[in-house]
Amino acid sequence: MTPKKRRRLYFAVALVTAAAGGAALVVTALRDNVLYFYSPADVAQKHVAPGVAFRIGGLVEKHSVTHGPGAAVHFAVTDGRATVPVEFTGVLPDLFREGQGVVALGALDGSGEFVASEVLAKHDERYMPPEVVDALKRSGRWKEGQSP
Amino acid sequence: MTGEIGQLSLALALALALVMAAAGLIGARADAVRAREIAGGAAMGFFVFTALAFGALMFGFVTSDFSIQTVAQNSHTLKPLIYKITGVWGNHEGSMLLWILVLALYTAAIALARRGSERLTAAALGVQGLLAIAFLLFILFTSNPFVRLDPQPFEGAGLNPLLQDPGLAIHPPMLYFGYVGLSATFAYAAAALITGDADWTRAARPFMLAAWIALTAGITLGSWWAYYDLGWGGFWFWDPVENAALMPWLVATALLHSALATERTGAFRAWTLLLAIAAFSLSLIGTFLVRSGVLTSVHSFANDPERGFFILVMIFVAIGGALGLFAWRAPKLERGAAFEPASRETALLFNNVLLTAAAATVFLGTLYPLFLDAATGEKISVGGPYFAMFFAPIFVALLILVPFGPRLGWRRGELKAALRTLTPGLGAAFVAGIAVFALTSPRSLAAAGAFALGAWVIAASAIDFTKRRRARALNLGALAAVLAHAGLGITLLGVTGTTVWRSEGLEVLAPGQSMQVSDTTLRFDGVESVQGPNYQAVRAQIEAFRNGHRVAMLAPEKRAYPAEGQEISDTAIHTTGFSDLYVALGDDRGGGRWVIRAYLNPLAPFIWFGGAIMALGGLAGLWGRLRRRFARTAASTVPAE
Repeated sequence: MTPKKRRRLYFAVALVTAAAGGAALVVTALRDNVLYFYSPADVAQKHVAPGVAFRIGGLVEKHSVTHGPGAAVHFAVTDGRATVPVEFTGVLPDLFREGQGVVALGALDGSGEFVASEVLAKHDERYMPPEVVDALKRSGRWKEGQSP
Repeated sequence: MTGEIGQLSLALALALALVMAAAGLIGARADAVRAREIAGGAAMGFFVFTALAFGALMFGFVTSDFSIQTVAQNSHTLKPLIYKITGVWGNHEGSMLLWILVLALYTAAIALARRGSERLTAAALGVQGLLAIAFLLFILFTSNPFVRLDPQPFEGAGLNPLLQDPGLAIHPPMLYFGYVGLSATFAYAAAALITGDADWTRAARPFMLAAWIALTAGITLGSWWAYYDLGWGGFWFWDPVENAALMPWLVATALLHSALATERTGAFRAWTLLLAIAAFSLSLIGTFLVRSGVLTSVHSFANDPERGFFILVMIFVAIGGALGLFAWRAPKLERGAAFEPASRETALLFNNVLLTAAAATVFLGTLYPLFLDAATGEKISVGGPYFAMFFAPIFVALLILVPFGPRLGWRRGELKAALRTLTPGLGAAFVAGIAVFALTSPRSLAAAGAFALGAWVIAASAIDFTKRRRARALNLGALAAVLAHAGLGITLLGVTGTTVWRSEGLEVLAPGQSMQVSDTTLRFDGVESVQGPNYQAVRAQIEAFRNGHRVAMLAPEKRAYPAEGQEISDTAIHTTGFSDLYVALGDDRGGGRWVIRAYLNPLAPFIWFGGAIMALGGLAGLWGRLRRRFARTAASTVPAE
């Protein structure tokens, strides 16, 4: 093996090792920073532990929105099969409405209420978050061709 | 009538793109002079007819021609004229037409500028032609903007009020100039592989720079829009769509640096080609992510699997074809000159390794949820902490090394001399770090470190600037590096300040009541009704006091758009240039009481100011290249005296 070839070999080995190390790091980091998406029915079935952060999505149940104390808002998210109560302290998105799709990020507290740190509604009248559409399809509340 | 003109123009543009692709690729052969002329002519024709189609759609929007479906679904007679015009690209069909228009602009520029050899230009036009064919077919078959509505509706459905905003008017065209500008770089790279022309980086440089400037400006504008329009007070959310723009930016930045080395010494020849291919591939992937509706975002206009599939096929053909060409031709490339460990090439190598690593982490974090969904059906999202975890160390390393690049010579540099020159920068970093740690609260080691780093980069840029000016060696290219690097430092200060020292308050206030955010008292004086051009608003009056003095009057609004049946909030921001006081109006709680959210964001304006400086640096570089070219043209036309 000429010195030049040997240098190239070392270089290739170093490169592969670095890439593998990097990939391993990334995968570990991904695992620790992943947020699962659950529909209310999933939450009921999977017995998600309190304090574990996840995203929940579904429709805001009609007549479930109550205000207070302070800037807090309470509402319920439903997919037709199960309903999860949600508490959120903050400014709700402009398109937050009863009966409309919503995605919230947060964790369950000890009493089974979902404490949201972020609430996302759809961005315009014609658009529904794909996860919500999927959750509604699974619970049979979605009709094909329905305009969201 | 307008619709038919548009439709016909698109068909003619497609025919010309076919001619351009064929003639251009044939023109890559040495003896095919005639084909090269045809390719150039077809390029201009392609541009003219694309512009005509775009003009027709714009005319439809301005005159509220609701017989065109795109117009009916996205416009309204009561909309202000500016938003009728920007509404052209505020929807899927129109934005894809804008994409092609920008492609046509760059194609015409390639044909007119004729940088590099004739064969290189022809081959580049051929590749642009292939891209144009793919996108025109995509438009004509899956997203035709000129589909007719019969009977036509009396009134249009309006434009999403979130998009009725001056920032949003220029943000999409800017991003497209960036995305599509990378297609020109890609075309030159593929042309270089086809013709074996090693000098392609010089020809492609202005296009690279133009794309990078536009991406920088587009991302900066998008971040600024998210900051003031979405009302969350944040400037970056690691949203997949933001990532879709960030990935090409990171790779294009790496490309700008590595192409510099290739141009000067022939180093990294194969790598630069690969980066050019990767940068445009990421643009395509970005388009796929944004346009296919696989992601939840304000940018997904519609969920249409057919469109997503079409773009996916296009991505595979483009990336696969380019990589195949690369694998076939790259081994024949000449190797560049060797360089010492202490040289500008080494600095650029580090720059490239770090930037590509950053792009790779964003890529994995953005696409992992899609893969997992496809493989297991599990729905997940990757949060900000993942990205922050990788970006922090990568950018720390990058910023430590940035000042060395411009101070090291090509092939062989003097590390000691560079360090000696940069010593005042080290001093500035030290002072900034200590000062921040000692004088600010809450006391934060991370903030002190970030400020030291920012000061290091900014001071080093200043040192480089003065040294070069004194040595009369300050050309526009060097100025570009000075500005771009300093801008990066300024943005870092802004990001750090806002992240570490932000204060926020959220309260329900009745008129006359006050809330406290850090050292600022906000008094709510009640609300009033306001009539806008196409909306009705509730406007709150909020006075801000500091140490008993009134410092600002803020008027956040909640606007209702009856045509669109939507409500959006309009935040009020009072900026001193060094910090932002940011107020958003929340829900009506009855009895005159409203939810009010306020933030004090120290140094927030620096984030976008730094972005603007970076873009300015790019402009300096671009101007330097174009001026050189003009000077040469002038010299060759004016006879020597």
